[in-house]
Amino acid sequence: MAEGSVPPPRRQRGERFPAALLALAVLAAIGFAVTYLVTSNNTQLMGLFASLGLLAIGAGMIVWAKRYMTPPHPEVEPRGRLASTEDEVEAFTADFEVGEFEMERRGLLTKLLGAAIAATGLAALVPFLSLGPKPGESFKKTKWTNGKYVVNEQNERVHTNQVGTNAVLTVFPENEVGNALSQALLIGLRPNELQVVPGRETWTPDNVAGFSKVCTHAGCPVGLYQAQLGYLICPCHQSTFNVYNACEPIFGPAATPLPQLPMAVDTEGYLLSTGDFSDPPGPGFWDQDRPG
Amino acid sequence: MDERFGLALVGQSAIQKIFPNHWSFLLGELALYSFVVLVGTGIYLSLFFNANTGETTYAGSYQPLQGVRMSNAYASALDISFETKAGLLTRQVHHWAALIFIGAIVVHLARVFFTGAFRRPRELNWVVGITLFLLAIVNGFAGYSLLDDQLSGTGLRIGYSVLISIPVVGTWLASLIFGGEFPGTDIIPRLFVAHVLIVPLLIMVLIAIHLAILVKHKHAHFPGAGATDNNVVGERLWPTYTFKAAGLFFLVFAVEVALGGFAQVNPIWLYGPFAPQNVSSASQPDWYMGWLEGALRLMPPWETRIAGFTIPNPFWAGVVPPGVLFGLLYAWPWIEARFTKDHAEHHVLDRPRDRPVRTALGVGVLTMASVLGFAGSDDVLAVAFNLSINGLVWTFRVLLFVGPLITGAIAYKVCLELQRRDGPLVDPVLVAQASSNGEGGGGSPGKVPPSPEPAEPVPADP
Ligand code: FES
Repeated sequence: MAEGSVPPPRRQRGERFPAALLALAVLAAIGFAVTYLVTSNNTQLMGLFASLGLLAIGAGMIVWAKRYMTPPHPEVEPRGRLASTEDEVEAFTADFEVGEFEMERRGLLTKLLGAAIAATGLAALVPFLSLGPKPGESFKKTKWTNGKYVVNEQNERVHTNQVGTNAVLTVFPENEVGNALSQALLIGLRPNELQVVPGRETWTPDNVAGFSKVCTHAGCPVGLYQAQLGYLICPCHQSTFNVYNACEPIFGPAATPLPQLPMAVDTEGYLLSTGDFSDPPGPGFWDQDRPG
Repeated sequence: MDERFGLALVGQSAIQKIFPNHWSFLLGELALYSFVVLVGTGIYLSLFFNANTGETTYAGSYQPLQGVRMSNAYASALDISFETKAGLLTRQVHHWAALIFIGAIVVHLARVFFTGAFRRPRELNWVVGITLFLLAIVNGFAGYSLLDDQLSGTGLRIGYSVLISIPVVGTWLASLIFGGEFPGTDIIPRLFVAHVLIVPLLIMVLIAIHLAILVKHKHAHFPGAGATDNNVVGERLWPTYTFKAAGLFFLVFAVEVALGGFAQVNPIWLYGPFAPQNVSSASQPDWYMGWLEGALRLMPPWETRIAGFTIPNPFWAGVVPPGVLFGLLYAWPWIEARFTKDHAEHHVLDRPRDRPVRTALGVGVLTMASVLGFAGSDDVLAVAFNLSINGLVWTFRVLLFVGPLITGAIAYKVCLELQRRDGPLVDPVLVAQASSNGEGGGGSPGKVPPSPEPAEPVPADP
């Protein structure tokens, strides 16, 4: 804007740099297209050309603006007033009151209109219940029932002699491999070290114990086992559970133990469950202790 | 055209608009331009991504996963990375742009906070801005959760658990959003619709409102160089500001493309397909989720039981802290006005040093968020520096409360020291009002005589 119509020679020289940048951008764009067409899929080279071209356009524009478009002094614009004047407010109110008066005069219609719109709006929300089922039993019950065979991730039944001392194995109920809430860990216990919870005396046939693999904190699979200490550690927030003490949490944010899976063996020594976990597995929720 | 719309008049007033010049006013632009990049790269990616949880066997060119059963979603994300030409580049540019988008929003938010740019008449635009921040986080999380790799599945699992921890409505919300139990088959297509349609649309509408309010209010400016509450001092929209802004857009784009080309981000092929019984240890969420992750980790194992009902631990760590933070952010303009009893209109910004209490508070909150962010990587730190997790957790728990006190106190002292060096304490508002007495707010933009000291600090009254 402050430029003269005939650029003085000094400016001619100054034009060279932004001109070079913009020309570079053209070349880089061609480079990008050619790279795409001739190489198999060279991410680095395409990235290089594209970013170089963009950089050159950006730099070119900014250099141009700095050299030729910056006025010697900052410019000033008045802000004007944000609020309306009293006259404007009054004029508006007067116009508005024409309609308002009509609405006040027919109070019944006004109220009914409000009710109609509100009811319609609320009714329109109801179909969103189609998004999912009512939360119910599925939050508390798993697929483990009396007599379900214990299987590995390949859906093969597990024999107690496959779980050696200090070993761990991820298992599911038969034909339910991948069921998030039913996943469990078999742990080969060192004999006579487990502090048995009353009522669970028979749950660890051949020194194999089963616990829910779903962390009671926020549901990650409890994947790490420090066999010597007998600690199960959740990799998400490091909650640590003591296997030999009923999987009570001893560190981290988890507040409740991993529930235990009641198990027995069939005549050939294959493991099966004798019921669901000792408690609902996984993270807690509002009415978790409510029956049904 | 002009005969139909009278464009010249509108255009004339538009191109005369003045924009104040300060580097910190470009932070919001960084976010805006990153959003443009996100939309552009996102459209390209959406043409190849298949948001479907049906199973397939991978037969692409990435050898370690050949023959592995996986969802179509994950397989198509792998194909974008290995088969589609320029696909990996676009994916990585998109991811980097998202990281920068949210980063720029945070820094812009901090600028607005520390300079008091949320004060009257800008309270509502602050509210719009906070909502944009929230939506940006939601969309970022939705975006990387879409790909159905092990990392995204783990993040969703934790998100689901936090959701069901909400009293009364939690299980209902989770069941509606996920279409039943975790993981189900509905969440990936629903996240996709949210990520590419619902949330971006909301963001676009809010950006439009954000900018419209900005145009109406005209940009606030720093004291000095003749800036007052009644004028705007800076550069014209056309051509100076337009060229600089467009230039900046290309620079932002260039940086994001360079990162996408050379810096690997979210290498989903290393994580493998999601299966609920697998988890990779030391999996790290994107940076803007780190503080939430940290809060989950530092929370002591408390669970509240009242009258047979349970408020699980993740509620206290995963719902309450973000709820409190965003509640405070939303309410801040009114909270501060209540304490300072300052309900006047402001267009001249505060220098942070002139508002030491606010500055100290802001620094304290940022410290808290950073401590939580580091705590979110405590397992990585423990391995890298051979420290005990237990020790780290306790250190972070202490730092979470002591750290903000220390940094806040330091910030307060630094403010006072800077004020002292400025010489006699100058209230920029008073100076602005004093200097505005001379100018009556003339018609069209004119030029100010060069101020002897155009930059801060504001010269004291001669
Ligand atoms: S999910 Fe296991 S510690 Fe948080």
